[in-house]
Amino acid sequence: MATSIRASSTAKAARDRSFRHPLEILERFGRNRIAAAGLVALLVMLTASALAGVILPYDPDAANLELTLHPPTLAHPLGTDQLGRDILSRVVYGGRISLVIGVLAVALSAAIGIPLGVLSGFYGGVADAVILRVIDVVLAFPGFLLALTLISVLGVGLANVIISVGIASVPIYVRLVRGVTLTVREMTYVESARATGQRDRLIMLRHVLPNAAGPIVVQSSLQLGAAILTAAGLGFLGLGVRPPTPEWGTMLGEAQTYILTSWFIATFPGLAIFLAVMAFNLLGDGLRDALDPRMKVL
Amino acid sequence: MPPSIDEDSPQETPAYGVAIYTALVPPPARGPAPRGASWGEEDGCGRYIVRWDGLVTGGFLGFVARRTAAAIPTLFGVTVIVFFMIRILPGDPARLVAGLLASDDEVARIRVQLGLTKPLVVQYGLFLDHLLRGDLGKSIKTQAPVTSEIRSRLPQTALLAATATTVAGVLGIASGILVSTRKYTAVDYLVTVLALAGVSIPVFWLGLMLMLLFAVFLHLVPAGGATGPLSIILPSITLAAFSIAIIERMTRNSMLESLQQDYVRTARAKGLVERAVVYRHALRNALIPVVTVLGLQFGTLLGGAVLTETTFAWPGIGRLLVDSIEARDYPIIQGVVLLFAVTFLLVNLLVDLLYGYIDPRIKYG
Repeated sequence: MATSIRASSTAKAARDRSFRHPLEILERFGRNRIAAAGLVALLVMLTASALAGVILPYDPDAANLELTLHPPTLAHPLGTDQLGRDILSRVVYGGRISLVIGVLAVALSAAIGIPLGVLSGFYGGVADAVILRVIDVVLAFPGFLLALTLISVLGVGLANVIISVGIASVPIYVRLVRGVTLTVREMTYVESARATGQRDRLIMLRHVLPNAAGPIVVQSSLQLGAAILTAAGLGFLGLGVRPPTPEWGTMLGEAQTYILTSWFIATFPGLAIFLAVMAFNLLGDGLRDALDPRMKVL
Repeated sequence: MPPSIDEDSPQETPAYGVAIYTALVPPPARGPAPRGASWGEEDGCGRYIVRWDGLVTGGFLGFVARRTAAAIPTLFGVTVIVFFMIRILPGDPARLVAGLLASDDEVARIRVQLGLTKPLVVQYGLFLDHLLRGDLGKSIKTQAPVTSEIRSRLPQTALLAATATTVAGVLGIASGILVSTRKYTAVDYLVTVLALAGVSIPVFWLGLMLMLLFAVFLHLVPAGGATGPLSIILPSITLAAFSIAIIERMTRNSMLESLQQDYVRTARAKGLVERAVVYRHALRNALIPVVTVLGLQFGTLLGGAVLTETTFAWPGIGRLLVDSIEARDYPIIQGVVLLFAVTFLLVNLLVDLLYGYIDPRIKYG
């Protein structure tokens, strides 16, 4: 074996450490202050968008043509937009839309990508080769362009945004899960499960998937941020959720016309996207460190 | 895409110098490195470098030929996807292209114009045939050839992408080197926070905010359009922000790895000044994986160009793409998407080849 000793010995250490008590993970996560800050920010966001109807006096869609493009005041802390709607209300309600898009898009890509990755890695052969080829082709459409191309075919609207953003990140899950599966497939416990006559399906469910759970959770957190970013980009181009739905990206796209005269109208929806994405990134990094302390903090 | 991201299987025979793993599983946990290879550094966003240190057979030309050949099926797949783009939809593509208000005669005319009356395989063959002759069809809106529509906008996007790539490479590498020699200092933490902001900030919002600050409030640069040399400053910085962050992380991690190597210890032991150690010995080796990431970032830049061009009213093909999507001008959409994908493929192929050329550890025989 030409493999370096260092690689194989750390591999063994990693295996020994892979069964860690949930409390230990939690404690490790709690010690990481930056990651905890991300979690707190997310909880605040979740609570605010859940309680939006209770804590906010304005209807996010209620126009007030006597008070258009008004700078921040006590009554409207973030100002009003071109139709006199309260920007704070729209930003908070927008949190619902963005979170729903993010969660459903990530769920969609995980639902397609995880089974494909497991099957691809577990069986190998022709199916594996075909799946990898297809993924190569899909990834040739760089990043944002893939979702953009999909939405151009599907047409705008909430459901199509979720489908486009979700499908665009399927390859990431396939690669991730396939990688874990390839490693687990060679483990002794899989061999012994096979020897005792366990079915492939059970081996995949009991041995392969639990090993992939950690990386999938970490990736999903990062993916949530990315999905919100992509969806907002589509909205900004006018190709996302239709107005008057208060989606952050769509709000920014509409605000662009008025930016020269009213700074506040474009500032706050964008700030909301920025903070939400940053929170998910912090959470993902924190989870990665908690699940695998040997890896570096971003 | 980049064949470079895909050598996941430990069973595969190493073909050449580098592969990037997109997985978040730390490489050692995924088993031993493939034969003749070793695990390398993380790039700051969950990807791992793997180096093949083995002998590459067939010489450098053989390596070039193999890599180029490997890109051809992907290229072929891209043309299939672009061809089927409007055909996978439920309903009549001709009606879709013509619009809801078009008369039946007009729809029939467009059906013939798009060649939709022929069998699918024949249609694809014709599409490829035209493509190879440089014919991408005609714009539905302007009736001008798609190629000339693209050609008139291409220089602006090329200029923007080239400037942004340069900015990303220079700032990313420079800040990465800076913090790698000041690990765990205030500067390191500051740059880390900035990098985190860089990967989280929506590119179009960053553009709007920079525009507000430097164009609307300070009147230093024009707010939009391609008017004179000053007008490219804001768009290129906006577009580069994400890539600066990724390249900075990659450079930092790669440098930290490199600074721990034996040859750096040797250089220090023989009494070289620290600057020479860092720049002449550590940096040269650390930059090799950064080259690969720079290639991958080019894809991010192409996607981001669509948003940046819209933010700054920059008259490039990204803007053309968005306008065409709004107008449902499918021939143009197909053309631009194809161009983006092929460019990205070629850039990654070039980066692959460049990597094989500059990494002194790869030997050709």
